[in-house]
Amino acid sequence: MALLEIKDLSVKFETNDGIVSAVNGVSFNVDQGDTLAIVGESGSGKSQTAFAAIGLLARNGRSAGSVKWDGQEILNLPEAKLNRIRSSEIAMIFQDPMTSLNPFLKVSEQMEEVLTLHRGMSRREARAECIRMLDAVRIPDAAARITMYPHEFSGGMRQRIMIAMSLLCRPRLLIADEPTTALDVTVQAQIMDLLRDIKNEFNTALILITHDLGIVAGSCERTMVMYGGRIMERGLTSEIFEHPTHPYTLGLLEAVPRLDRKEEVLPTIPGEPPDMLKGFKGCPFEPRCPLRMEHCATEPPALERLSETRVRACHRNPEEVA
Amino acid sequence: MLSFIIRRLAVAIPTLLFLVVLSYLIMYAAPGGPFDMERPLPPAIMANLEAKYGLDKPLVVQMFNYVWNVVVHFDFGPSFIYKDQTVNDIIAQGFPVTLTYGFWSFVVASVVGMSLGILAAVYHNSWLDYLAVGISVGAQVLPNFVMAPILVLVFTLWLGWLPGGGWQGGQWQYIVMPVIALSTSFMASIARLTRSSMLEVLNANYIRTARAKGLPMRRVIFRHALKPALLPVISYLGPAFVGMITGSVVIDMYFSTGGIGVFFVNSALNRDYSVIMGITILTGALTVLFNLVVDILYAWIDPKIRY
Amino acid sequence: MLLNRKAAADLASADMAPAIEGRSLWADARIRFFRNKAAVAGLVVLILVALFAAFGSHLSAWSNEEVDWSVLGQVETMGKPSLFGGPAGDRPHFFGTDELGRDLFARTVQGTQISLMVGLIGALIAVFVGTIYGATAGYYGGRTDSVMMRIVDVLMSVPYMFVLILLLVVFGRSVLMLFVGIGLISWLDMARIARGQTLSIKNKEFVEAAHAIGVRPSTIIRRHIVPNLLGVVIVYATLLVPSMIIYESFISFLGLGVQEPNTSWGALISQGASQMQYGTLWMLGFPLFFFVITLFAFFFVGDGLRDALDPKDR
Repeated sequence: MALLEIKDLSVKFETNDGIVSAVNGVSFNVDQGDTLAIVGESGSGKSQTAFAAIGLLARNGRSAGSVKWDGQEILNLPEAKLNRIRSSEIAMIFQDPMTSLNPFLKVSEQMEEVLTLHRGMSRREARAECIRMLDAVRIPDAAARITMYPHEFSGGMRQRIMIAMSLLCRPRLLIADEPTTALDVTVQAQIMDLLRDIKNEFNTALILITHDLGIVAGSCERTMVMYGGRIMERGLTSEIFEHPTHPYTLGLLEAVPRLDRKEEVLPTIPGEPPDMLKGFKGCPFEPRCPLRMEHCATEPPALERLSETRVRACHRNPEEVA
Repeated sequence: MLSFIIRRLAVAIPTLLFLVVLSYLIMYAAPGGPFDMERPLPPAIMANLEAKYGLDKPLVVQMFNYVWNVVVHFDFGPSFIYKDQTVNDIIAQGFPVTLTYGFWSFVVASVVGMSLGILAAVYHNSWLDYLAVGISVGAQVLPNFVMAPILVLVFTLWLGWLPGGGWQGGQWQYIVMPVIALSTSFMASIARLTRSSMLEVLNANYIRTARAKGLPMRRVIFRHALKPALLPVISYLGPAFVGMITGSVVIDMYFSTGGIGVFFVNSALNRDYSVIMGITILTGALTVLFNLVVDILYAWIDPKIRY
Repeated sequence: MLLNRKAAADLASADMAPAIEGRSLWADARIRFFRNKAAVAGLVVLILVALFAAFGSHLSAWSNEEVDWSVLGQVETMGKPSLFGGPAGDRPHFFGTDELGRDLFARTVQGTQISLMVGLIGALIAVFVGTIYGATAGYYGGRTDSVMMRIVDVLMSVPYMFVLILLLVVFGRSVLMLFVGIGLISWLDMARIARGQTLSIKNKEFVEAAHAIGVRPSTIIRRHIVPNLLGVVIVYATLLVPSMIIYESFISFLGLGVQEPNTSWGALISQGASQMQYGTLWMLGFPLFFFVITLFAFFFVGDGLRDALDPKDR
């Protein structure tokens, strides 16, 4: 049985300008120790998928479908029940380490409360455990620095603190939402190394949400590409990189700078991300697709299964794409 | 922390001096003095009077003497009009009254306003929110001089529950209406401010982090959201305090509570310089002191402020 | 960034999805404003109150000074508002009379004129002085800024209402003095707001970008800084009017503001309140009604404008 089983998840937001359909019929599984990358540009619904799964949508968000954790339905559970799963079973780290830690509380206060709450530890035990975890994410002189405020740490250090905090209860699944986007390139690499080590050490399943295909290759076994709130393609990372079967994936891959190709200009995908307010009858990528056909605008392509590991949603045949 | 307080005091003192000089200059520029009666006094008596109160000396000397007496002896001098009373007597008489209902108004406005604002934000778009917004929007158009007659109309003339004025040594029946009249509009502002800042904080990333940690909602609100949400409210408390002190003028006139407000207005009408100066400076000092407390509170809550 | 020629050509030739239609900030704000029912209702009320102040005097057969000798001594019965069952006759008192037999309708019209005028002029002074002062401080920054803002700090911790009362008593109670006194204090908040806004705009990327491509400073100020300052200034000015009206009414309630035979809402409320115990509640009711609905209207319009102009939640 899969650890996390998401079926036909959809997310809608009520805004002043109308209803925004952010996620549409997304399904996927994550097994024990699995690593899945969810890739897409901003507005593709990748973050909202994760938020919906553990009930962290903004106030105006509504989700429907099914999210099963360990076989139990958890979508739209009351807050009190979700709180037992959050952090102790599914932990999450966020994009912007500068604003994701509470600037008004000491690091120790923010970390200890996780353990006193979920594990019933005393403050003293919790403090010791927190320092141990900060050491594990390689924060120098953790015992002394734990009583400092977040603004006294650098961005990379803060993301390490976030990671340490998320791991305190040894969760079985870690969701990392663009964990490196706000960081310098060298720090990005360190954080990705750290995540990889931690995954191996704690045998945690990982969902890595990112727009950067470059960091996916070395860190995730499987990749899911999203666009306009829908799944475009999903498969083993190696398959996706070597034989993309969707025009959007192809475009994304070509837009990654590579050292082994000499190009004067970096190819881009022309056009703009879709306006989620309008919704679309057919394939969301149709307006920007170089391979579009007439019925692409009117009929949404169904998710077709190519193999045990591989699904895609496109009217073209796989051979036509590559 | 100590140096922070000292630096704040260094700003406070020029403020007070400015206030003294300003009110002294306005007074000095005034046409007519306290001894201008309907029948002019003989010049000799006039000169004697002016000499007695030091009004014959140059302006700078007058001002210096005044400040010296206030600072060193805490002596605001004699009243020009109430012949047998000094300004200190008048202040001793009026200030306790003003401070009593002022204190309760402040407590009511802050506690009720903040609670209402927090409830409205936490139960955003529920009936509770609409009720709180309704109350605070309604109360916004009810400043003290509107509230006072309405309260008297309802509780004194119609229901006959409360006395329409007086003080009687501060028995509770006499405090209730002044406090409600004075606090209502500030309560409304505090509620609105708390609500909007709480709503903003609840959308902050670190609140999402706190929720992702599986903390119960109560802990998220009181431990993670309350401090940042109250910061803008705290900086409003200074102006609110000034507003309530000012409002005492209406309260004292309307409810005959006998606070400093009534002395202020009467002295202003009678050109009783020393009383006006005394009250203005004392309330100014109180304001400065209060703002200092607010600043310290602010710095204490926000770890990013270095002393 | 390198310009991708091929992509650019693609962009030009491919028939793309229709470009997302651009709406200007102001057009967008207008649409948002008119979608807000409370704000529109507020605007309507304001227009009605303004019409009342402008043309109300033509409706009444009485002036605000004239005494109706026939009601004197029996104001409780004869002075009742004709709108609520008072004596009608050929020269009716729509809102009744005050305790001296003067027509309350004419007096309310006149009080509305004064109160609105004080509110608007006070707010205008605040807008001009405050915006210029604040923008100057914010634009020059450094020592100029800190000195200018320290002055504002000092002025702010002065119990201004006391100083205002002092001014009125010392220099005589007149509407002019009231304007000067209220204008003197009202610009302080505006200055702070304008400064803060200028500071943040000055450092925005679009200003730096404009600077980098060589746009002249005067053009930057005109095209980038002022339009961005304008929204906040308008919103705050709308919210300033009611507080100016409250100041004026406060002073007039104490009898220190507008002098007889002229009147204002504060003076009328004060008079009405002093007559409450005789059961002539209309004397309090009518001025209070106008005071309350006008303040409400201004607050609603102000809030509506803020929501409409705030680009934060789009």
